[in-house]
Parts: sequence; C-alpha cells; structure tokens
Amino acid sequence: MISSLILLITAILGLFMIFVSFFIFFTKDLLQAILGLTLIGLVASVYYLVLQAPDVAITEASIGAGLTTAIFIYTIRRTGRMSK
Amino acid sequence: MVNGIVFYGIPGLLAIMGLVILLQRENLIKMLIGLSVMETGVNLFIVGTNDVLKGTAPIIEEGFRIYCDPIPQALVLTAIVIGVATTALGLALVIRIYEKKGGISIKDIKEMKW
Amino acid sequence: MKKIFGLIIIVLFAYVFLSFLLVVPFGRKPGHVANYYLDTEPEKLGGKNVVTSVVLIYRGLDTLGEVTVLFLAALGVSALLTGMKRDRKKIRKPSLIVSAGTRYLFPMIVLFGSYIFVHGHLTPGGGFPGGVVIATAFLLGYVALEGIGENIKMFHITEGTAGLLYVITGILGIALAGTFLENFLPLGRFGSVFSAGIMPVLYVFIGLKVGTEMAGLLHSMKGGEHG
Repeated sequence: MISSLILLITAILGLFMIFVSFFIFFTKDLLQAILGLTLIGLVASVYYLVLQAPDVAITEASIGAGLTTAIFIYTIRRTGRMSK
Repeated sequence: MVNGIVFYGIPGLLAIMGLVILLQRENLIKMLIGLSVMETGVNLFIVGTNDVLKGTAPIIEEGFRIYCDPIPQALVLTAIVIGVATTALGLALVIRIYEKKGGISIKDIKEMKW
Repeated sequence: MKKIFGLIIIVLFAYVFLSFLLVVPFGRKPGHVANYYLDTEPEKLGGKNVVTSVVLIYRGLDTLGEVTVLFLAALGVSALLTGMKRDRKKIRKPSLIVSAGTRYLFPMIVLFGSYIFVHGHLTPGGGFPGGVVIATAFLLGYVALEGIGENIKMFHITEGTAGLLYVITGILGIALAGTFLENFLPLGRFGSVFSAGIMPVLYVFIGLKVGTEMAGLLHSMKGGEHG
C-alpha cells in the first residue's frame, strides 16, 4: 500500500540513481565510482522497501552498501586508485 | 502509468546504464562496477512486478488480506547473495592480473586476442 | 570498431528489454502457486514470513545450491590470493579511540546479526543478511583491532560444521518425514520463536555459515596483514 507522496519521493530517488550511474560512467577516480555504487545500493534498498519486500531490502542494505564496498576498496588498495 | 515509469522504467534504464558501463569502459574494476549496477537494475525490475498498490509485504499478520507475491522476492534474495560472491571472485582475478601484467586495463591482456 | 559493436549490442538489449517492459502489466496479482503458499502457510508450516518458507522449505534444494556456490566462490578467492607477495607498505596502528570503541561495538553487532537470523521466520531478515551483518562486525575488527584475523582456522571449522549440519538436517527429513529438507519437528505456537519446525534451525546454520564464509572472504581480500 503506497500513497502518491511516497511514489513522488521514490521517483526522485530513482532519477538520482540514474544520475549516479552517469557519474560512474564519466568519472576517472575509481574510489568515487565505488562510492557511487554504494549510493545505488542504498537507494535500491529504499526501493525494495517501497515495493513491499523488506527481506530483500535488509539483504541489499547489508550486502550492497556494506560488503561490496569493502571488497572493492580492498581491491583498489592493491591495484591503484586512478583509471587511465 | 506513473507507477509503470517509476517501477519499470527506472530499473530498466539502470540496467541499460550498467551494460553501457560494462561494454564501453576498459578498466576491469569499472567493468565489474557496471556489472553490479546492471544486476541491481534487473533485481529491482523482478521485484517491481508486485501488486504494491493494494498488497502488503508477505508476512502473515492479523488484519491484512491481500499480500504481495513472495516468489520473486525469494528469487531476488538468492540472486543478491550470489552476485556479491561472483563479484568477489572477479575482483580476486583482477588482483592476480594486476600482479602479473602490471595494469588493470583490458588492453593489457593480449593473450586472449585473436 | 569495438566500441561500435558494443553500442549495437546495447541498442539491441535496450530495445528487447524496453519492449518487454511494455508487455508485462504492472501490479500483477500472486499466481496459483503463490496463493497456495500464502493460504496454507499458518497451518502447514507455521512461519509468519512466507518468503522464508519459500526459501527454506519449498525451494530448499535451491538454497543448498546457493550455499555451495558461496562456498566455492570463497574457496576460489582464497586459492587465488594466498601466497601472493605483499608489498610492505607502512602499516598505521589504529588510534586508541577507534580500537576502544570497536571493542564495545563488536559484540553488539554480532548480537544484532544473531537476532536477525534467529528471528528469520517471524520478521524480515534471515540467515543471509544476518550472516553478512556478522561479517561486517569482523570487517570492523580487521580495521580497528589487532590480532583478530589470526584464528582464521576457527572460521573454517565453524563453516564446515554448519554446512555439514545443514545437510544432516536435510537427510533427517528423508528419514523421518519422507523427502529431503522436509519438516519433521512440531510446529509450535504460531508467532513464537520456537515454532515453524526446522526453519529457525536451518537459518541458524545458514547464518553461521554465511557469516564465517564472508569474514574469511574479507580476510583473504585484505591480504593477511593488519590494516
């Protein structure tokens, strides 16, 4: 059960998600790209909550925003931060 | 109509943007980031087929009659966990390639060219 | 040339995907199978959260395969990354405030993760997110506490034991109830912690397995040393 205000907020968050994906496409700094991926994971978890899927939301919040960031950052610590 | 745009259009655009990042960039870590973005988009689309305007979350409780479909949610729960495992395996391969070749661009890998 | 091929693939993908989106109606009602699951849930399996019973009972074999894929991925990461030579960078010690704060925060995060996977049949959550929350506690420990990664062997022992107990529970289902991963425990009172048969038991095993596996995966990604 969702109201139209929640639908509006969700639409704004979704447009923000698309914007962040464009930012990932254009940036040269891999650390910024990884943090963009984290932002997409966080907003996706809000999306799952609106879509009445709390199980998926809690999984996405802990995996997409926690663990994925950690393994990507451990990788760029070994390989270097900038992409040429 | 608006619901369709919000819950189908934006995940679809996100999946397409992930494919663009995956195919148009040459850095291997950037490609894996694109793969993760695409996966998020497709998962959002699968959950988005729910009847969210009337139904509630599929947890049995007094006073609720209409529930959402639990099966796509169970499938997506599986897909997210598998996704992080495969991403970790790919990143381990990237670290190995960096150690061997000294770079993480696909231009550094010449052996697989034909 | 390669970019143009990529662009063509993207355009084709976008066309197929978006034309598919126009066909699928929004607000689909649950189908026959989902309605059966939702209607018979309280008296047949006794869990409140239907997603949990789909994951653990109706598609339990699928979940066993998923746990196997996770195990193989963690094994592959540790096989690829052990024995690499490490460049000896300067290792900064964590400051006193961070390590003292982590020492108090660590058991609370582990407790929260355990709460999530013990209550998986009643509230949103379950073994996979609970295990990952425990793994993030270990991630904090790797960053801020010294010597937490030394007993990595205990992780492997816990992981193997949990996986073995999962399979043994499934085989007990064959022996006592007829099919693999079938419920053989009493259902209990609807809505209490000790209810829903084998579901909380299985989720405790999955939570322990996923938590130790992800913590081991982070340990091998981090590369042995402190920091």
